[in-house]
Amino acid sequence: MAAAETIERRPASAGRRLISTFIARREFGIFLVLVALILYFNARNSAFGSKENWATLAEYGSPILIAAVGETMLLICGEIDLSVGHVYALAPLVLYKVAEHGWPLVVGLVVAVGVAALVGLTNGLVTVYLRVPSLIVTLGMFNVLNGISLLISDGSQQLTPTNPTFGKIFGVGDYHTFYWAFGIMLAMHFVLTMTPWGLHTIAVGGNRIGASESGVNVSWIRIGNFVMCSVLGGFAGILTAQHIGTTDPLAGGTGLMFYGVAGAVIGGTALMGGSGTVIGTFIGVAVLTVLNNGFTLLGVDAFYNDLFIGIAILLSMALGFLIGRIRGKPA
Amino acid sequence: MSVVADNGAPDVLRVENVAKSFGAITALRDVSLRLGKGEVLGLIGDNGAGKSTLVKILSGYHRPDSGEISLFGEPVHLRSVIHARSLGIDTVYQDLALVPGLSVFHNMFLKREHTRLGVLNNGSMRSQARAQLDSLGVNIPDVNAEVATLSGGQRQAIAVARSVFSDAKIILLDEPLAAMGAKEGGLILKLIRDLRERGDVSQIVIAHNYLHVLETCDRVCLLQNGRITFDRPTAETSVEELLTLVGAEYRAPDA
Repeated sequence: MAAAETIERRPASAGRRLISTFIARREFGIFLVLVALILYFNARNSAFGSKENWATLAEYGSPILIAAVGETMLLICGEIDLSVGHVYALAPLVLYKVAEHGWPLVVGLVVAVGVAALVGLTNGLVTVYLRVPSLIVTLGMFNVLNGISLLISDGSQQLTPTNPTFGKIFGVGDYHTFYWAFGIMLAMHFVLTMTPWGLHTIAVGGNRIGASESGVNVSWIRIGNFVMCSVLGGFAGILTAQHIGTTDPLAGGTGLMFYGVAGAVIGGTALMGGSGTVIGTFIGVAVLTVLNNGFTLLGVDAFYNDLFIGIAILLSMALGFLIGRIRGKPA
Repeated sequence: MSVVADNGAPDVLRVENVAKSFGAITALRDVSLRLGKGEVLGLIGDNGAGKSTLVKILSGYHRPDSGEISLFGEPVHLRSVIHARSLGIDTVYQDLALVPGLSVFHNMFLKREHTRLGVLNNGSMRSQARAQLDSLGVNIPDVNAEVATLSGGQRQAIAVARSVFSDAKIILLDEPLAAMGAKEGGLILKLIRDLRERGDVSQIVIAHNYLHVLETCDRVCLLQNGRITFDRPTAETSVEELLTLVGAEYRAPDA
């Protein structure tokens, strides 16, 4: 109440009002971290701010952002999907297999997205109706999907089937995956903040019994968000396969899943559900992307890279939470 | 047939000879009570007397083993909390009611959202929430505030307001003043009295503080060992009498 009231009472100019509204937002802390990181890496290596490097950042961050947006919705409603990294690998393989049988690419896309949806539906049904924690369900699914991907691909990379139009729409070219990622992020921000679905997602994660007694269809919300997360993971995989031109059964995996969840949490989404924002996730993923890219440009040894990134993730989370706490303290 | 006194006014709720056991434990032996339109009934009794069981039956959470419940003169079988709510019986718990991460106005319109083409109409919900809270005299400075930032009393007031404006006819308040300071509690007592003035909702208030019951309720029922042992208008009893009645249990010689 303190923060909201201070804003209300201050008879400020429009500019000051805008600034205080901005500071009052949860995402502000992590946004400061992002700005600091960009300034730091830019000062250490001039290549960081180059046109080419921005394209690299966008390419690297886009699939993570798409998966992270799906994870954000799931985390907010109190669930998690560890299998998203392998849906990411499976979906483009499905597209490849369908195209191999002579079907048009669009059919392959629809089938691949359908398979991803089916994976999400399975995750959701098992979690909701067999009452197995989603952490366990999706860990199992993680291995199942990896097995399927390896089996249907014989464990080898393939050239991604494409044509100029399809490729251009679905990720070939600078920033093409980023347009998708940014659009999906904005759309999901809208869903979360401006539709009953978003409201109910927060309600299910924040107070499941209360939400259910208010008449919210808790199972439907949970299952729906599983399906959405899986579909987004699969779609991100298809975009990347088009963008880089190869379909790899070993793509994604734990790395993508971990960065997706970490991006959401760094961006202020509660691991236990009930709160979070898609914009925060965008900033969280940007922080991870900048960190990874910045360390690489600084020439940090590959062995140290993971160590540094791990420590940096811990620090950004801690700093984000700390700033959030200082900001939220009653005056 | 009925064991409860009839004063001629139409009863919104009638409970007749309700019993409920859990295994070997008998929670309610034989409970009969009635609730008039606009009436505020105080339900008191020691821990373990069966108050929560009775509330959970009335809110649709438990089903009675035997006995009958009628609403507005019609016998009903309350199948679930949602079913009971759809019939106009709403229970307000101190902790369970609201979603902490949502704003006051979103909580008030949860599952009854105002939308335009599927998009939330926040402006409409915000102004209506403001108007509803004001009409009940509930003091919430900012309906945009997250419920997590509000006090226990404010949360409960919001939950009650939500019930009133979602067409609840009977509101059950389970220990509304538990773990609440005097000022906070005063807010809720005032709300109960204001609702009584409006006259369109009936209330059952479970309370420990007999003074509060006498000050806010029209009638008081004492539940002892799964039975209603005392049922009288608050004007005709006193804190001393209620204390003596409940105290008698402790002083009763061993059987």
